Order: sequence, then structure tokens, then C-alpha cells
Amino acid sequence: MSEYHADSQEFRYIGKPVKRNDGPEKVSGTAQYAGDIVLSGMLHARLLTSPYAHARILSIDTCAAEALPGVRAVITGEHGSVKVGIYMQDKSVIATDTVRYQGEIVAAVAADTVEIAREAVSLIKVDYEPLEVLNDVRKAVEPDAMLLHPHLGTYAHSVGVFFPEPGSNIANHTRIRRGNLEEGFKQADLILENSFEQNQVLHVPLETHVTLVQWGVDDQIKIWSSGQSPFSVRDLFSIAFGIPRANIEVNIPFVGGGFGGKAGIHLEPLVALLSKAAGGRPVKLEPTREEECQTLPCRQGQVARIKTGCTRDGKIVAEQVEILWDAGAYADYGVNIGRASATSACGPYHIPNICVDAKTVYTNHLYGTAYRGFGHPEVFFAVERQRDLMARELGMDPTEFRLKNLLYPGDETITGELITENTGSPDKCLKRAIELIDAQTPYTEAEKEQMAATGKLRGKAAAVLQKAPAMPTWSASSALVQMNEDGSVRISVSGVDYGQGTYTILRQIAAERLKMPIEDVYINKSVITPLSPYDWQTVASRMTSICGMAVMEACDDLIKQIREIGAIALRAAAHEVEFDNAEVYVRQNPQYRIAFGKIAMGYIYENGNAVGGPLIGRGKAIAQGLSNLDEHTGQGKAALDWTYGAHAVEIEVELATGDIEVLQMATVIDAGRVMNEQLLHGQIVGGALQGLGCTFSEVLLHDDQGRLLTRNFTDYKIPTFKDMPRKMYTDVVETPQLDGPYGARGAGEHPLISVTSTVANALANATGLEFYDLPLSAWRVWTKLQEQQQKQQEVQE
Amino acid sequence: MTTKSLHLTVNGEVYDAFVSENATLLTFLRDVLGLTGTKEGCGAGECGACTVILNGLPVNSCMVLALECEGAEVRTIESEYQNGELSNLQQAFIEYNAFQCGFCTPGMIMSARALLEANPHPSRDDIREAMEGNLCRCTGYDSIIAAIESVGVSAS
Ligand code: FES
Ligand code: FES
Repeated sequence: MSEYHADSQEFRYIGKPVKRNDGPEKVSGTAQYAGDIVLSGMLHARLLTSPYAHARILSIDTCAAEALPGVRAVITGEHGSVKVGIYMQDKSVIATDTVRYQGEIVAAVAADTVEIAREAVSLIKVDYEPLEVLNDVRKAVEPDAMLLHPHLGTYAHSVGVFFPEPGSNIANHTRIRRGNLEEGFKQADLILENSFEQNQVLHVPLETHVTLVQWGVDDQIKIWSSGQSPFSVRDLFSIAFGIPRANIEVNIPFVGGGFGGKAGIHLEPLVALLSKAAGGRPVKLEPTREEECQTLPCRQGQVARIKTGCTRDGKIVAEQVEILWDAGAYADYGVNIGRASATSACGPYHIPNICVDAKTVYTNHLYGTAYRGFGHPEVFFAVERQRDLMARELGMDPTEFRLKNLLYPGDETITGELITENTGSPDKCLKRAIELIDAQTPYTEAEKEQMAATGKLRGKAAAVLQKAPAMPTWSASSALVQMNEDGSVRISVSGVDYGQGTYTILRQIAAERLKMPIEDVYINKSVITPLSPYDWQTVASRMTSICGMAVMEACDDLIKQIREIGAIALRAAAHEVEFDNAEVYVRQNPQYRIAFGKIAMGYIYENGNAVGGPLIGRGKAIAQGLSNLDEHTGQGKAALDWTYGAHAVEIEVELATGDIEVLQMATVIDAGRVMNEQLLHGQIVGGALQGLGCTFSEVLLHDDQGRLLTRNFTDYKIPTFKDMPRKMYTDVVETPQLDGPYGARGAGEHPLISVTSTVANALANATGLEFYDLPLSAWRVWTKLQEQQQKQQEVQE
Repeated sequence: MTTKSLHLTVNGEVYDAFVSENATLLTFLRDVLGLTGTKEGCGAGECGACTVILNGLPVNSCMVLALECEGAEVRTIESEYQNGELSNLQQAFIEYNAFQCGFCTPGMIMSARALLEANPHPSRDDIREAMEGNLCRCTGYDSIIAAIESVGVSAS
């Protein structure tokens, strides 16, 4: 056992290399995604979207579209004015009198074929009056800024959780205050203030938000959606349309990637309205890639200003952070990202005097939503850049600086949560990542000479990361574990496994708990709300932890029933009944055993008498002890658990082109307990590469009229096979989480956090170039290198 | 819309159909033949999710008109599973956890199949080169490379 890993208790399935159970259908192309579903009488939908980022809709003429043969429904804002949302109901299904971003839906058509629908869309005439465009989040918070949502004060939202500022463009303002900032800065020997900026980015699931809805007779609604949140869709749909939840059936088949972009509710209400207008025929909408880029939401942009005060020996004594989130046109989800980012705004560091203001701000950009990491990849670009910049200013090794200021047991977070021995160890993650690629060993003189000779400068750096699930205090999961006739079991949950491996891990948990062969543990692979047990939604890396606890409780409930019926069948007391390998027996008489199959549906005596009945275990779990944060100080319990981690990279910068190659990268996560190493490795590598995409190429660009310039895979480049680092190391630290299943905590989002800052720090170490924004594209790096050279020449002259 | 007759072989089966002039091979496979294993990720030749093998070569089926396939032999992901058994590539993808959401997987496997037919023992660099047009947002690619490499190695 190394210092990084937990005790290896004897487990049968926890931590064992169990293969995922969705393999055969996924590799054979038989896995059914929403787009593969065809219903009889099904119509096809197309959208008309706004060419303007901000405009008044003066009139819409749909006559020609409606007259086209094969068109069954045309709807506009007149039919779709109802507002739908999860945290801040600020967006109507279809734009009503104003469009606030280019790509916003203005009308939709359902027709017999996609071609007819497309033609009908082209026949709709819209008269717009273009309005001034608010395309800079800094301008949007100026006191005299134009208001994009003059009715902000009337929007329904979670009161006491979010704090909109009506009369401004601020949809939410979360404050955190701790200690005394002024006094803190007085103690500082060194104060450093920097601003960091990141544009919006896209999720890019390979499958777009495909949605199929039938608004049937008697308001019976059936939805098939490529979504992450079956019960949230049902809940929010019900609230918006006043239809009982039991009338709404949400089906989630296989989902082709989400990354947060499919959390909450999206196109379901729109397609439902089309179906209703078409007399209840089912309607399918398969957004094009361009629509996925410009109509469906993105990750928010960010401008962050950080002012840090430090003593000469490197202790951070005060920090002030102001984050402006570019929410874009709507902030339904953005308000919660703002809140979550505030709780993490200083990183995993112990700082006594704190002032954080996180504002979610409306602009005329594409609107933002949840994205893997939920605000943390952006926050950590700023925080972990600032740490390196501060260390440089102090003349201190950045790792030493970090280790000196990290949170340790006994410290409190900025919201006042006590860190304990079980919270997780950012320091160990950092040390291990550095160790994996030898990131602290300086280059030799010979190596430096070689770099100078080849024009390729190398640099190394490391940075830490953290994230806790960001969710309502009451977020809950439930699970059923039912025994089949043959004594095998099937698990039902409503978490969606879009590839992260949730279902496999839940099977491992159940097999471990029930002490039965994993081959006999099945899980339902699709969710259907009338049949599946409730789950809030599949977000926040919360499946292994919360849904996992629900499955454990369901197993325990099943075990109780197994013991009861086993006692009758074995003619023993329940406490004497043991079970193993799908059999029950009396502890003192293990050679006589009864198979689960004999008690699964009831035990039958020789004369035909039967007792018991079908065995069903039920379990539930709810986030324990979370509290709303105080409006003025932000103090409270924000985090169910903190997952910490760290990256280390070595990069090589080609001076002639500005091109950066990642030579090696190490990512270490404190996962509490590794449930399945192969799956975790897959999450880490996938997340890290997505982070490299955000570092080097992924950025949404708008023109000065707020129109999106990056609408396809040519203009918006995600990493390809060739962008993978040559060497990629992953490892874990295991500090078991007391309330996680077998000590596990979530790790799905974390690998993406801090990738940008680690690479930017390595770039500074290699070249001396300090980047305060992204991406680190060859062109931008090369331009800065030229400026640097020019300055050096000027100094020499 | 004008339709024309089309005669071609898909996964060893002969088809005669009438298709519209602007139908792509992708929509023909999915909507007419019901072979929905082939996926659409972009419809613009940029992601490789729709890769099939046309007369021995990998193509983005969203960029090929169905009528261009007159007399052609097409192979889709559905051809990999034969006689109740997953192909070597399919098994390797499972073995190496070379997929997450699975949406890119059919296209990946068809590209890899074409690569292995042209080059039975590809190096990691060969794989990176040949597969560059197939995007995956989930895996970070390294498990996919490992899976393809393993099939190449065991084919000796
Ligand atoms: S769908 Fe054909 S290349 Fe993307
Ligand atoms: S597995 Fe999801 S895109 Fe490749």
C-alpha cells in the first residue's frame, strides 16, 4: 500500500476490472438513440432562428409556409410564450416579441418530411427591427447599461438561493465574505491583482439534442429525448404547462454524449407544442450541427479579477475575487453556475480573509448552461494562473507556494466548512502528479542548449483542482433492486449512463453488497419515468455517490427480505440466516443451502403451500446536511463532498510557429475509492483531452453584431486523434469519503478542471509569456512571441 | 422531387430502390434500409460518425449521394456482427473500453476496419493518421488506438 491508496480490504467487485454492460449494443450499432426511433405517423420538425443577436420581432407571416402541401403545423412565439426553466424562468419556448441572441428560435414547422419542413421554414417571413447589441459582459454591468430583461424582477426563481438584481443585467449575485478583507490586505507584504478572461465554449456531444414528442389525447404526453434529466424534464414540463406529472412519460434511450449540455429541459416543450398543433401526431426534431452550435446552449464566458495579498514567506492572507459570468441571453442554469463558482472561487486554499462576488450577467451572446465542471474549469484557469504568478512575484517555487497554502484537516473552506482527514488530499494529488512526470526537476544546461538550438522550448508546470457537486440541497436518488424468478436481480434507477459507466459501477455495488456473482446482476439500461424510480438528474458527478448509496440501501432492504423468507424456508431464526453466491443457509449449517431462485417469488413447500412473495428492495438517498448559503456572507454547507485533483504537464513550444505540443501529462484525482480503474481511467483521459481542447482551440467567436462565427467543426475545432498527448499518465489518491459508497466520490467532471491553467503556467515557464486569456492557439502564441522579441530588442537598443 | 432507380449491394444483400436525387447514402441507409447503426454527427463530412466502407474504401456517407452508389458494394457497422459473433474489432473495443456514449463507435469501427484491410499491422502513428477524421468527444482516443492496435498485433 502506497501513501496514496486506501487499505485494500477484500472486495469481490469493488475496484475490480468489470467490463461495462452496454458493450455489445454500442459496438454493433444496435444501441438505439433518440434519432433511431421511428413512430407511425411521425412528422419531422425544422426551426427558423433569428439572424440578429438582438431585435424586436415586428411581425411574422406564416401563411405561405402553412399553405405548402405536407406542412402539418407552424408555430411561433404566439403559441410558445410560456416560460420554462429550472432555476430562473427567464426563457420562453419560442421568442415572443424580442430575440436576444442570434440563433434563437423564432418559429418551427412540422411536416411530412424534413425537406418539406425545411422548405416551409424558408417561406416564413419575419420583420425584425434590429436593436443595439450588448456583447461585452463588462459593459453589461455598467450602471447605465441597456436592460436585456427589464422584467427580471418578475421571473420565477428559487428564492433564498439566487439573488437577482432587478433593474440591472445581473440575474444572480452570490457573495462570500469571511474575515476582514481590509485588515487582511494590511498584513500583506505583497499584493497582486490580475484579470483573466475566457470566451464561451461548446459542449459538442456527437449526438445533437434529438427530441421526439407526442402530445396525445387527453393531454397524455410522451417524450423521447437525448437528455440527462428524465425527472427534471417531467417536473419542469408539468410546471410550465400545468399538466399532471403522471400524464408525462419521459423516455431516455441511449444518449450520444451530454457533458452537462443536456441537463435540465431543452427542446421538449417546443416539440410538444408542434405535436399538439399537428393534432397529436408524433414529431421528431433532430437539430443540425449548426443548430447545436448556435441555438442550443453553450458554456458561459467569464471575466475574473483576482486580488491576492501574501506575506513575504508565502502565506496568502487575503483574497478578493470578482467573477462576471457571460450568461448570454438567458441565465436559467447560469445563475447556479455563478453560485457554485463562488463557493470554489479561491480554490482548495486556506485563506482567512475573503471577499467573493460572482455575478451572472445577461448579454446578447448565445446562452450558457451546465458544462462538465460547472464553472470550475473557468474559475481554476484564473485561480491557478494567479497562484503561479504570485509565486513568481515572491520568488518562490509554485509547488512550495501551493503546499504552504492548501487546505489541510482542521482548516475551513471559504464558506465555513471544516476540512477533516476524510475530506480528500489536494496536496497528495499535487505531489503525485509532479512525481509522475518529474515536473519539478529543472532542465540541465545541456537540455537548455538543445532547446535553444532547435528553437523548441520546453516547460513544465502543475496545478490543483477541486469540485463538489453543485445541486439543490434536497437533491435525491432512489433505486429498486428486484429479484428475478431465477434468483438473479435487476436494478432500476433513473440516472442516465451516457458513457460514464454509472450502470457498471452500480452493478458492482449491488453484487458486492448482495455477495452474488456479478453476471447475475442486471440493470435497466433505459429510463422511463412511469416505471423507473425517481432521480433528480444525472449531473454533478453525483451518480456514483448518491445513486450508489440508494442502490446500497435497496440491496440492504432486499437482504432483509432474503433473511426473512430464508428463515422460514430453512426453519431458523432470521438472524441465523446467511447468504452467499445467490444462496441462503443457516450459519451453523452451511452445507444445506437454498438457491435465491427458490425464494425469489415465494417459497413453495412440498405440498404446494407457498409463503413470501416477490422480493423487491427499495432504497433512497438524499444529499445530507446541505444548506442554502447566507445571502450576505455566503456561509453555509455548500458541498456534499469535495473531489480534489491535480495535473502536471510538460509542453514544447515551437518558436517559429507558436505551436505547442503536450509532451506528457499526468492527472491524479482523489476518488475516495476506485470502483473501476478502467472506467475511471477512461473518464480522466477523456476529460483531460476535452480540457486540452479548451486550452488550444475551442472558443466561441462572435462578430461585433453578436453573431456567432464558429458554427461547425471546421471553425470550432475539438481535439482529434492527433491532439492526444504522446504520454498520458493517470493515477488516483484514495482518501475514503465517509458517506460515499465504499468510500467513493464522484470524478466524472474533475479531469477537465485546471487543464488550461496548467498548460498556461507551463507556457510561462517555457517562454516567459504570460497569458491571461484563452485559447493558447499557435497564432496567438506566435503573435505574443513576436511582441516579446520586439520588446527585448528595444531594451537592447 | 425526382427519384431514380438504384441498384447496389449492402452488407452482401442486393437492393433495388427508387431514391430521390438529393438523398445521401447516409439517409438511404438509415431511412430507407433502416440500418440505423450508421450515425449522423454533422452531416457535413467533418466528424466521421457516418463512416461506411464503399467499394473497399472508408467514406463519410453523409457526403455521398445515394445515386452515386449505383452498382456499388457498401459495408456498414451491421456487417461486423456475423453468425452471432462480434468481430475482432468489436471485441477489442469492449476489451479496451474504447467507447463511452458509443455514438462515434460505428464510424470508428468502420474506419478501423478499412485501415486494417489496407494495413493489417498499423502502428500507433498509422492509426492516428488514418483515423484523424473520426471525432470522439468522450474517450480521449487512447483506448481506441489501443483497441485497434491490439487487433493489428493479433492478426499476425
Ligand atoms: S455525419 Fe458525416 S462526417 Fe459527420
Ligand atoms: S464515445 Fe462518445 S463520441 Fe466517442
